[in-house]
Parts: sequence; structure tokens; C-alpha cells
Amino acid sequence: MPLRKAKYGPVQRALVSAVAAGAGDVHISRAMTTLTLALIIGSASFFAGLLGSLTGLGGGIIIVPLLTLGFHVNFRYAVGASIISIIATSSGAASAYVREGFTNVRVGILLEVATTLGALIGAAVTGLISESALQILFGLVLLFTAYRSMKPRAEHLILTTPDKWSERFRLDSTYPTTAGMQPYSVQHVPAGFGLMFVAGILSALLGIGSGIIKVLAMDQLMRLPFKVSTTTSNFMIGVTAAASAGVYLHYGYIDPTLAFPVMLGVLGGALVGARVLARSKTQWLRPIFTAIVVVTAAEMLYKGARG
Amino acid sequence: MSNTSVRWNDHAVEQLVGRLLQFGVLTAAIVTIIGGLLLLIQHGSAEASYAVFRGEPAHLTSVGGILRGVRDMRSESLVQLGLVLLIATPVTRVAFTLVAFVLQRDRTYVVVTSIVLAVLLYGLVFGHL
Repeated sequence: MPLRKAKYGPVQRALVSAVAAGAGDVHISRAMTTLTLALIIGSASFFAGLLGSLTGLGGGIIIVPLLTLGFHVNFRYAVGASIISIIATSSGAASAYVREGFTNVRVGILLEVATTLGALIGAAVTGLISESALQILFGLVLLFTAYRSMKPRAEHLILTTPDKWSERFRLDSTYPTTAGMQPYSVQHVPAGFGLMFVAGILSALLGIGSGIIKVLAMDQLMRLPFKVSTTTSNFMIGVTAAASAGVYLHYGYIDPTLAFPVMLGVLGGALVGARVLARSKTQWLRPIFTAIVVVTAAEMLYKGARG
Repeated sequence: MSNTSVRWNDHAVEQLVGRLLQFGVLTAAIVTIIGGLLLLIQHGSAEASYAVFRGEPAHLTSVGGILRGVRDMRSESLVQLGLVLLIATPVTRVAFTLVAFVLQRDRTYVVVTSIVLAVLLYGLVFGHL
């Protein structure tokens, strides 16, 4: 049965061997010491954080597959460690973004009502959902992420038509462009709010930032300018993740021995990535990352379907 | 006129909040690194496996338990304290945003921000629905 031999998928083998290139052969077995495992998982997380930061897609989406498929970490421990690393990277990145003056704080805080409630509910019910169902859901979200990341990022028409809800919550604002401050109005607030609730639930269930869905809601539905959508999404990701993380702490999903190398690795990778990004164009990495996401999605779906 | 001063306030608050986020992440990372190094020195040679979910012991799942563990010089509690500080960073950010809206006398957003803060604190303190 040649299929049986594929205990680790190609992505996991690539990631592990990339990490282990300097350290000799690494064989994942159950009898590894805490130190060895922390070093390997920390290095792999660094790589994931670096790639996520360089492609602008965030490393959060591949941390859980990396840990569960690559290192046989239990899904719940992986989700706990991933959500912690997402708080670290989004808080680090957000501090850089707010200086640019793109973030719409009112939109962010209003939609956070939906994402944090969704996260609280998602984190509370995750124990009732089977691991294989979560893996299938994860695979589908990965496929959707790959699909969205391949679409060209064209700026849509900036609308200034008044909207009832936007006026009530004073969401309309301005953002800096080359032609000076450009006013924009916000559309479809209730629908955006609903989609953000879904984003919050997914974030908690899967240990991801749900940045793709948040940007989709703000950019496509609510018609915010793209730059405003991405920076406001970043503003929200850490807060959403903090809602899930609080609940996960109580449920015992956050294992200090596992979470610390993951968090420090991803944060380190993201910080180095931000430095590199400031100096060189990394657009060519995007299709590579998308390919990794697609292969990972296939493995997640396969593992989930097999039960 | 009043509109521009509100915008400026928003911006000034955001600058401050940006610094706060950096400080929070840095502090959390330092505590986690110290705790992590101690953990590896003390328990580095122990066998590790995360394949089976066992849940964490009671002293690592609540803020009070973690603080008691830190007092007793447990390295895993120190790591967990760093992680809790990290979770607290966005919560503090929301608290600052609330203060800003109170100063601006923006009643709608005082209510909206209070709801978000309440949800976050509920999750962190009680953790059960």
C-alpha cells in the first residue's frame, strides 16, 4: 500500500527538511525531548511567520496545519498555540499600520462586537464538534483563502452615497490618497456585521485570524477602500483572537511548552519579514504561498474525510 | 471645526495605542522568553508529546492560578503569564479606545466599546458561556 507510506505530506516534509537542513536529519517520533521539539517547532513557526508576513496573507492560516499534520500535535493544542501567535503578530503589525492613518476605528470597534461575540460562542462550542469536522472546515477555509489570494487587488469605485446605518453610527470617513484626503461612505452595515460574526466563529473554531473574510466583508460588502479594509482588519484580528484565547485558557487548550516556541517563532518571523518587505518586492512569493495553502487544504480535507 | 478636532483626537489616540501595543507585545515576549528558557533548562530533557489532548492542570488555566504559580517560581507558570500578558494587550487597547470615546463624549461609541470590552473580560475572567 504505497499510499500508507505518505505519513507526512509534501508540504510538511518540505517545511521540516527546510528547517532541519542545517541540523542534520530530523525524524519526528513520539520520544522527542521538550528541548528538541521546542527548537524544531520554533524554527518551523519562524518560517511560517516569515512567509505569512512576506506575502501579506499572515502566517496564522498555516500554523494549525503545520502543527497537526507536520508534528502530530492535537488539534486543540494547535488551535490554542496558533491563536496566541496571531495576537502577537497582529498587535505588532497593527502598531505600524495605525501611524499611516488608514484605520477606521469606528468601523473596527463596531464590527468587533460581532467578531468577539462570534469568537466567544465559537470557542465555547468547539469542544462539541468532532476533530474531523473541524479539519474539513479548515480545508474549505484554506481553499477559499487560496482562491481569494489569486484574485487581483483592484481598487473599486469609492462611494459617497449616504447609508442609513452608516449615518447612525457615523462610519463615513476620509483616507489619505495621492490626491489628498478622499472621503468615502460605508454601505451594507448589517450584512457586514453578520459576516463578521461568522469570521469570529471561524477564528475561534480554527485558530485563525480570519483576515481574508474580514477584508472581504469590508472591501466587497461595505465598500471601504482596500487600504482601509486591510488596516482595519489588522486592528480587529488581535481583539477577536484575544476573545477566543481567554476562553481557550480556561479550557486548557493553551499549553505553555508548545505555545511559547510557536508564538516566539511566528513573531520573530513576522518581524524579520516586515524588515525584508520594506526593502524588496516579494510579490513572487505569493503564488508559492498559495500553492502551499492549496496542498495543505487537500491534506486537511483528506485527513478530515478519512476520520 | 469640531469634526476636525474629533479626527485629530482619534489620530492622537491611535498613535498612543500603537505605542501601547508595541510595549505590550515586547513585555509579553520578554516574560515568555525568560519563562521559556527556565522551562527548557529545568524540563528540557523530559519527553514531550502533544498528540493526545489532556487539558492543562488547574494552575495553568486561570489568571489567579498562574499568578500563584509565578509566586512559587514555576517556569511553566511564568511562560503562561507572558501569554496572558499578550492576551491582555488587545484588551487594554479596547480599554484605551473606550477612554478616548468617553473624553469625546461620544455616547454611542462608549456603549459600543463597552460591549466589546465586556465580552473580552468575560472570556478572560470566566471563560465559559
